[in-house]
Parts: sequence; structure tokens; C-alpha cells
Amino acid sequence: MTAERTFRYIRRALVYIGLSIAAFIAIFPFYWMVIGSTNTSPAIANGKATPGLHLFQNIAAFFATVDVPQMFWNSAFIALFGTTLTLMVSSLAGYGFEVFQSRFRDRIFGLLLLTLSIPFAALMVPLFIMMSQLKLINNFSAVILPGIASVFIIFYFRQATKAFPSELRDAARIDGLKEWQIFFYVYLPVMRSTYAAAIIIVFMANWNNYLWPLIVLQGEEHKTVTLIVSSLSFAYVPDYGVIMISAVFATLPTVTIFFLLQRRFVEGLLGSVK
Amino acid sequence: MAVRVVRRVQISGWLFVVPALVLLGIFLIYPIIWSLWMSFQTGRGMNFSYGGFGNIERLIQDPVFLRALGNTMIFLVVQVPVMIVLALLFAVALNDPTLWGRSFFRTAIFLPCVTSLVAYAVLFKSMFGAEGVVNAALGIIGLGPIPWLTDPFWAKVLIILAITWRWTGYNMIFYLAALQNIDRSIYEAARIDGVPPWARFYYLTIPMLKPVILFTTVISTIGTLQLFDEPFNITLGGPAQSTLTLSYYIYDLTFRFMPSFGYSATVSWVIVVLVGILTFAQFVFARDRRSN
Repeated sequence: MTAERTFRYIRRALVYIGLSIAAFIAIFPFYWMVIGSTNTSPAIANGKATPGLHLFQNIAAFFATVDVPQMFWNSAFIALFGTTLTLMVSSLAGYGFEVFQSRFRDRIFGLLLLTLSIPFAALMVPLFIMMSQLKLINNFSAVILPGIASVFIIFYFRQATKAFPSELRDAARIDGLKEWQIFFYVYLPVMRSTYAAAIIIVFMANWNNYLWPLIVLQGEEHKTVTLIVSSLSFAYVPDYGVIMISAVFATLPTVTIFFLLQRRFVEGLLGSVK
Repeated sequence: MAVRVVRRVQISGWLFVVPALVLLGIFLIYPIIWSLWMSFQTGRGMNFSYGGFGNIERLIQDPVFLRALGNTMIFLVVQVPVMIVLALLFAVALNDPTLWGRSFFRTAIFLPCVTSLVAYAVLFKSMFGAEGVVNAALGIIGLGPIPWLTDPFWAKVLIILAITWRWTGYNMIFYLAALQNIDRSIYEAARIDGVPPWARFYYLTIPMLKPVILFTTVISTIGTLQLFDEPFNITLGGPAQSTLTLSYYIYDLTFRFMPSFGYSATVSWVIVVLVGILTFAQFVFARDRRSN
């Protein structure tokens, strides 16, 4: 009996050691980013992991090399418009596919699901040619337009709509509400938390998007936060202090949203498999 | 009356989905068909001519493509299993309600998922420099320095470490949610019957989590086949093309070199075919294990 108990203690200890190492590794780059933003570039390159006194110099240098308000506005504009339009169009479609089922529409939906396995790389070249023909290079609509109707978000809303009680819809119909009124006055308020989760997913995807903006936003004044972070690190003599500050800027909005809406965030990620 | 309601519902059914369908037609279906057509075209810039299977022949003889394909497959074969196993172990450990500090560990391990790919890639690049903090730490325990960014082998290791850091917590969350749906009394019964912990993990947990494991394996496979942001920002595909991936090569073919749209479309369809084959294989593999 005591042998078994010792064994259990050892196992417990191993679990704690393993989890502690994992948590340390997971958190260390965040620590590194924050500490790095207070150090000089050579100190960062030489692995100094303790706080320094260069925070304000780094911030000043960051604002001197980059048009920070412009960059922030670019990212915010894309993320806010992109998220709003995606939520409107894709939730309407998800609701429509579930509530008004017909054999033809179900076939279309099945076809759309198949496209989920087609990677973005396969669409990139034709989309780029399309955007240049439409003269939309260096225009934010080139970034936003292809994402508005998202098969993944339509699928997510269709799954969520299965939990929307049909009695509510029938009652609203009997009360004489039109179909669009049912959607806006009954469905929307009831499905608040589904929308909250979707907002987080879509906002993060837009804010963090890199490859497609890299291709269609070539002018300096159109660059988003992620493009700036990347181009700073490609500089001939990269200033790591400034890069750390830019990484903080890129990460802060999503980390904030994560901590504010932690529960909904996890629910949102899981929404797709439920 | 009934007929009118039905017709109203019919029309509404289309009105709700039409905006999305129009956009998907323009920005998804049309580009897919176009790209398929393009992959049989040759020529530079916007001058296309039909090339038959010329692009596919070019693929087989293109050493850079073969290297990118090989690298991508190495990333896939090494990284996805390591990450899935780690995520499973963390999820099982964190599912224990008597564990102290559960929510701290869960949040910590999940936190990497909220960073943008570019921001974390840039952080990793600075941490893994020749005299960077990781080599400094390795030096303390008498190891290294490791040429992370300049040696073809270690550059691959670095990319694998980076993706694992970013995505393990993401997969863990799926397993944690699935574990919470498992009835604890099954474990209780097994424990009373004297089933040792490793056997409970292997014979109870794994089979019950199989659908979720399949799901995460498929999405991780698709994600890894499209790998771009990390090699682009950490290693620039180098050294000596050792971290060049398929998506990176498509980018190079289209936007770096003299644009070769037809050929880059062909390369992108290699990814589509790989996704199809691997997803199918994973479903078949999962079914086989169930019938045993």
C-alpha cells in the first residue's frame, strides 16, 4: 500500500514538473518580448533577459521609423470592417441554409464544405490577378472582399442555428413577423454568445492576417501592423528594441480580447466541433 | 394560404443565402476553376498558352519544387505527431480536477495561440540568434551554441519548435473539451478493477477521443501543408532552401521571380491533392482502428 502511495506521489510530481516546464516555455517568449522592449538592440541580440532602461528610447525610435497611427488605423479599419461584413453576410447564410432547407441548397452547402480542404495558396494567384484587373491593389477592399463570405463561419452559424428553438420562429411567424424581421429581432438577440465567439475568431483572423495583405498592400502607407513587424525584422540592420515594441503593438489587442472574453473565446474555438 | 406561406419561405430561403453565394462564386469558386485552368497553361506574365501536362513534367524535374515538397513533408511527419501527443498529455493531466493550479496551466499553455504568426516568428528569430537567449541558456548547462539560423538541420528543428509552441495549446483545448464530456464513472470503474493508469489512457481515453484526434490531425495537416509565415519570417526559407515550403515556393514563383502564374498554380494544386490524399488516409486509418 505504501509503495503504491509513493508511486502516486512520484507520478504527481512528474506531472507538475512537466506542466511547469510547458508553462514556462509557453510564457517565456511573452516575457522576452516585454523585457526586450526595455533593452538595446545589441543587448537583445546577446540574450539579455533582464529589464533594461531603454523602453522610452525604443518607443521613440519606433514612432520615428514607423507611422504608428497610420499603421494602427490600417489594421483596425481592415479588422473592424472585415469582421462586421463577414458576420453579417456569413451569419445570414448560415441561418438561411439551416432554416430554409431544400435539396438544392443542401447540395450547394455540401459543395461549399468541400472547398474547405482547398488551401489559400491555390486561390492566391487568380485572386491576385483579379484584384489587379479591378485596380484594387493597395486598396483595403482587396483585403476585405475575399473574406466576407467565409465557408467556415457559414458552417459555424449553421451548426449553432440547430440549437435555435423552432418554436420561437413559429411563434414569430404567427405573430405576423416577416422572415427578415424574425432574423433581426428574434434570432440576433437570442444568439448573442454565438456572435461573440464568431467576432473573436474573425477579428483575430483579420488582425493577424499576413500573406494576403503582403501581396495586395504594397504601398508603405497601406501597411498593416503585421506587415510592419515583418518589414522591421527584414531591415538591413534590424533594431531589435524597436521590433520588440512593434511585436507588443501587434499582440496587445488580441491578448486583451483573449483575457476579456476568455470563456467565450474557448467556446468559440470549440463551436466548430460541437 | 398554406401555398403562400410555402412560397414566401422558398423566396426567403434564397434571399438569406444569395449575398454569400454571390461573393463565394466570385472570390472562391471562380478562382478555384481559374487556378485549375491556369495550371495547364504556360508562359510568363499575362501571356498564356495551353501547355498540356508540361507543368506537371516540369514539377518532377524541378529540384527546388522537390526540395520544397520534401521539407513540407518533413515538417508534417515530425511536427504533427509530436504536437498531437503533447497536446493529449497536457489535456489528460489538466483534466484531473484535483490538480492544483489547473486554470493557470491551461491559460499559460493556451496563450501562444493568441499571438499573430508574424509577431511570434519575429520573437523566435531574435531568441534563437547565434548569441541569443536560447544559446546563452544552453551555454549555462554546457550545451551548444547551436547554429539555429545558419545550419540546414537546426533551421528545420527551429521551425518545428516554433510551430509546436504556437499550436499545441490550440489542440489541447479540443481534447480538454472532449474529455469533459466523458463520463468519469467509466474511469472509476476501471480504477476499481485494477486497470493501471497507462492502460486507462491507452484503452479508454484514446478510443473515446478518436473523433477529436482525427479532426485535429486533419486541420493540423492542412495547416502544415500551407506553412508560410514562419519560414518566411524566421529563416527566409534558408539556409540553402532547407526551410522552403510549398506555399513559400508558390509565393516566390508568383511574386519574387518573373511571374510564372501557370506553373505556380500547378504547384498549388499539389497541395490540394496532398490534402485530399492525407485526409482520406487519416479517415481510413481511423476506421481500421475502430473495427479491431
